[in-house]
Amino acid sequence: MSEPLHETRLVVNGVPHTVQVPARRLLADCLRQDLGLTGTHLGCEHGVCGACTVLVDGAPMRSCLLFAAGMDGAEITTVEGCRAPDGGLGPVQQAFRDCHGLQCGFCTPGFVTTVTAWLRDHPDPTEEQAREAIGGNLCRCTGYQNIVASVLRAAEINREQP
Amino acid sequence: MKPPVFTYHRPETVAEALDVLAEVGHDGKVLAGGQSLVPLLNMRLAAPAHLVDVNRLAELDEVAREPDGVRVGALARHARVEHDQAAVDAVPLLGQAIADIAHTAIRNRGTVVGSLVHADPAAELPAVLVLLGGTMELASAAAGGGPRRVAAADFFLGPLESAVRPGELATAALFPAPPAGSGSAWVEVARRHGDYAVCGIGVLVELDQGLRVGSARAALISVGPVPVPVDLTDALGGQPHDAADWAAAGRLAAAAVDPEDDIHASAAYRRHLAGVLTARAARAAAAHAATRLEGAA
Repeated sequence: MSEPLHETRLVVNGVPHTVQVPARRLLADCLRQDLGLTGTHLGCEHGVCGACTVLVDGAPMRSCLLFAAGMDGAEITTVEGCRAPDGGLGPVQQAFRDCHGLQCGFCTPGFVTTVTAWLRDHPDPTEEQAREAIGGNLCRCTGYQNIVASVLRAAEINREQP
Repeated sequence: MKPPVFTYHRPETVAEALDVLAEVGHDGKVLAGGQSLVPLLNMRLAAPAHLVDVNRLAELDEVAREPDGVRVGALARHARVEHDQAAVDAVPLLGQAIADIAHTAIRNRGTVVGSLVHADPAAELPAVLVLLGGTMELASAAAGGGPRRVAAADFFLGPLESAVRPGELATAALFPAPPAGSGSAWVEVARRHGDYAVCGIGVLVELDQGLRVGSARAALISVGPVPVPVDLTDALGGQPHDAADWAAAGRLAAAAVDPEDDIHASAAYRRHLAGVLTARAARAAAAHAATRLEGAA
């Protein structure tokens, strides 16, 4: 139990943190265990399912394939950071609610982060583009139809409330 | 599903990285994007004693258009190369193939050079490097006088085995620009888009002034331990770019590969795919060449 610890500075959802982590601590586990941000879910733990997707300096990445210590100095956005400034639901979260884009909800955090980042570059997507956008995230409940609808709805909300 | 214990090194310069790699030798493993390595660690299929994280080596974070092609440094992520217009204009096959690598979140982190060094027989980029006749640059503290250069044909030794030696760091890959009058295509079949290909192929076709096929070459993945190069010129040479005997090219490729059964597909099905996809990719590459010639005219 005497693994060396690495001091690591992370800015998570705008809040600076300094954690002491063993080198092998995955970013996902750091977020959940060290910072108590349990919104990020671990599904497959080998990069396939997309549930653990977070934004690193704005870009979606698998937090199960990153070591926390290697992220020293990075800005991380988790699903908790995708809420509205007033603490209510953010546009993508609101859209998933409006369109029943989730059932059990386990995969949802990865979808919300992925879609939040993607809509910045694709503010007015077609349905086909919306399908492509979520191609790297697995959902076992919904059959994806309502998630595609949620992506389109989120784009609509973003356009209504710039 | 958690990585085993390792000693973590995070050098700030290439020189420092090479010193660490020389010191740890066989027990060291380089961590770049980690999109293949970290799954192996999580599943405990690999347990290196030392991990040398090269993500701070800013000097390797480059995509450079050079007179004869594109130089991709060891820290350039797939997404960066994919969106570098000058790079994909010079070497269109890079953009065509990278679009089929996994998903956005993986391409945002995984590196081109890392994928080459990993040498997965189902990965796209090794075939791209082989098809274009590219080169790898391997630096080491021992070499001193500049990196060792290894041609693509000598770099891929077997499944997950490349020519990188203990103590070496792959610092760059050089992708030669195909000649004017050439076109390329990448085609693959995967169980789901973004999965590793059951069979994949890149084709490079060069047309003459009369828009006839001068030469045609292919490299196939997932049908052998390393990318399989196949010269398709015998099947297509001298024929019109829009009406060549694509099926003959397919037969040539299907005969050249020696796939194996696995849980994803039988050898017979992979061989069938090699034929069908070769015909499809050759046709697309010839059309691409014609479009580029018209664009240049």
